[in-house]
Amino acid sequence: MTLALVLEQLLNGVQFGLMLFLMSAGLTLVFGVMGLINLAHGSLYMIGAFLCAAVAGMTGNFWLGLMAGIAAAAAAGALIEIVVIRRLYTRDHLDQVLATFALILILSEGVRMIFGPFPLYLNVPDVLRGTVRLGIVDYSLYRLALIGFGLAVAVGLWALIAKTRLGIQIRAGESDREMIAALGVNIRALYTIVFALGAALAGLAGALVGAIQSVQVGMGEPVLILAFVVIVIGGIGSIKGAMVGALLVGVIDTMGRFLLPRLFATFMDTSQAMGVGAALASMLIYLLMALVLIFRPKGLFPAHG
Amino acid sequence: MDSTRKEWLLNALLAGALFAVPLWAWMASEPFIITLATRIAILAIAGVGLNIALGLGGMVSFGHALYLGIGGYVAGIAAYHAFSGTTVLGLSGTNQMLPIWAMAMALSGLIAGIVGALSLRTSGIFFIMITLAFAQMGFFFTLSWPAYGGEDGLPIFVRNQFPGLNTARPWELFIIAYGVLLAVLGLFAMLRAARFGAALMAIRQNPDRAAAIGISPFGVKLVAFILSGMITGLAGAMMADLTRFVSPAMMAWTMSGELIVIIILGGVGRLFGPVAGAAILVGFEVFFGGLTEHWKLWLGLVLLAVVLFARGGLIGLIAGRAQNG
Repeated sequence: MTLALVLEQLLNGVQFGLMLFLMSAGLTLVFGVMGLINLAHGSLYMIGAFLCAAVAGMTGNFWLGLMAGIAAAAAAGALIEIVVIRRLYTRDHLDQVLATFALILILSEGVRMIFGPFPLYLNVPDVLRGTVRLGIVDYSLYRLALIGFGLAVAVGLWALIAKTRLGIQIRAGESDREMIAALGVNIRALYTIVFALGAALAGLAGALVGAIQSVQVGMGEPVLILAFVVIVIGGIGSIKGAMVGALLVGVIDTMGRFLLPRLFATFMDTSQAMGVGAALASMLIYLLMALVLIFRPKGLFPAHG
Repeated sequence: MDSTRKEWLLNALLAGALFAVPLWAWMASEPFIITLATRIAILAIAGVGLNIALGLGGMVSFGHALYLGIGGYVAGIAAYHAFSGTTVLGLSGTNQMLPIWAMAMALSGLIAGIVGALSLRTSGIFFIMITLAFAQMGFFFTLSWPAYGGEDGLPIFVRNQFPGLNTARPWELFIIAYGVLLAVLGLFAMLRAARFGAALMAIRQNPDRAAAIGISPFGVKLVAFILSGMITGLAGAMMADLTRFVSPAMMAWTMSGELIVIIILGGVGRLFGPVAGAAILVGFEVFFGGLTEHWKLWLGLVLLAVVLFARGGLIGLIAGRAQNG
């Protein structure tokens, strides 16, 4: 185990964390502003990845695919907000969980009907192929670009929320929805915009990750559950919390999988250590979430004080 | 006819049909239909378990697949050691259903006690998420723990035994599942009518008032959560014996979702809600699964329609609103 290997895994953890942030930001905004649990957020991630892979496959241009993926996810988000989600804002959490669970079934089967049962493959764009020398490690240029993308979107999102009129309306919507509706803001349109924005971020994450994984039905759900872990750790409704939570989950999960088997191997038989280490590593972030909920039941950065 | 009588009539109809259809299938030598009815009965038992927490107590557990999986693995591991003649933690395996059920319920109850004691400190979306997190821990643990099959799962080569019946015959296995279902339904009805059930429902409706009249919300909810986990664990052990296979998929979050779906399709908090829901779900899968490979799309649409427009589920649709929901 060299320092270079540790550093590489650490970068992988940060990259994974930033992709989780893209997923979590939309989820946490939708919960913060509309009070809605959206299980179908992972389906929007899948839609982004599928459209990106399909368009990039047809045109041979990754960037066109990326645009298509984001646009398709945003459009799908706006559509399901208007048709279904809108009716759920006043319902209890149980109804929201079930209705969005139903949406997962519908969207997953819909994508399977359109694109067929086989996974699609998405290639890394040519300019981002290969590795780059970072001090002592050779790191994948594409993964480094994902880190850059993630940070750029985080800054952009912060600017949107902190500096623009839409951002002011979103923040006002989080603290008092009746009041901002009374002030003449079209709250219905605002909700649709927030939902579509979250969907676009999920679609972006799906398209970006699609190039390093296979694009298949069901790819959204594992990420969705991790995104829930992130926003619960960070504090539901808080973008800052989502960022901290995403980086924590990304780094702890990646480093746990890397270090724990090696740690156990120092005092156990190697093959056994691999099993025990892997088992514990995969439970680590859920353990973290349970601990956070036990000691800080509203997460690390509660959105409403 | 008032809605209470309608509901009792519907319950009797459901209980009768769930017995009559496999009885006919037994006489007509249609083992596939008997197995389907057995699956409905076992899923309904799991649903009754969740219905105690969710329906009576209002605790939206999104992690009940954990107990289903624990029960399943108890059955699988006991049978594995009985088959190979080895021991685990000093205990030898067994191929008898009754001790397996007792162990499955004890272990599920223990884990539900730990999960409940920690999770009940939170509420709302946090409760949903923390129960999901604990189930995911179980899922990933079984997935990566190599001793009992890991992600490949663990087959049960010979179905476990029940005194006086031959469990290899579908009809006799159905009788066992049906008998257990009636027993847990009886338990649910007793619980709901008892002071304990009244306290639990009072807490669901208004925890502050319940506390003001001297009911401890935490204690009552925890006991209900443990009972709920034990019954779902029992169903898990039976499910493993029906399919003669356990795998981490029994603990997957989609399974937790399906258990909630069963209760919602049937009717939340209704005595026979889980029976109706399990019958709808299995019937839907078999009927539409035969017509189109995309049957889950239609299931999603039906589920969406039920949530948006028919909130009482099937029993609510036919018998009207619950008396004291």
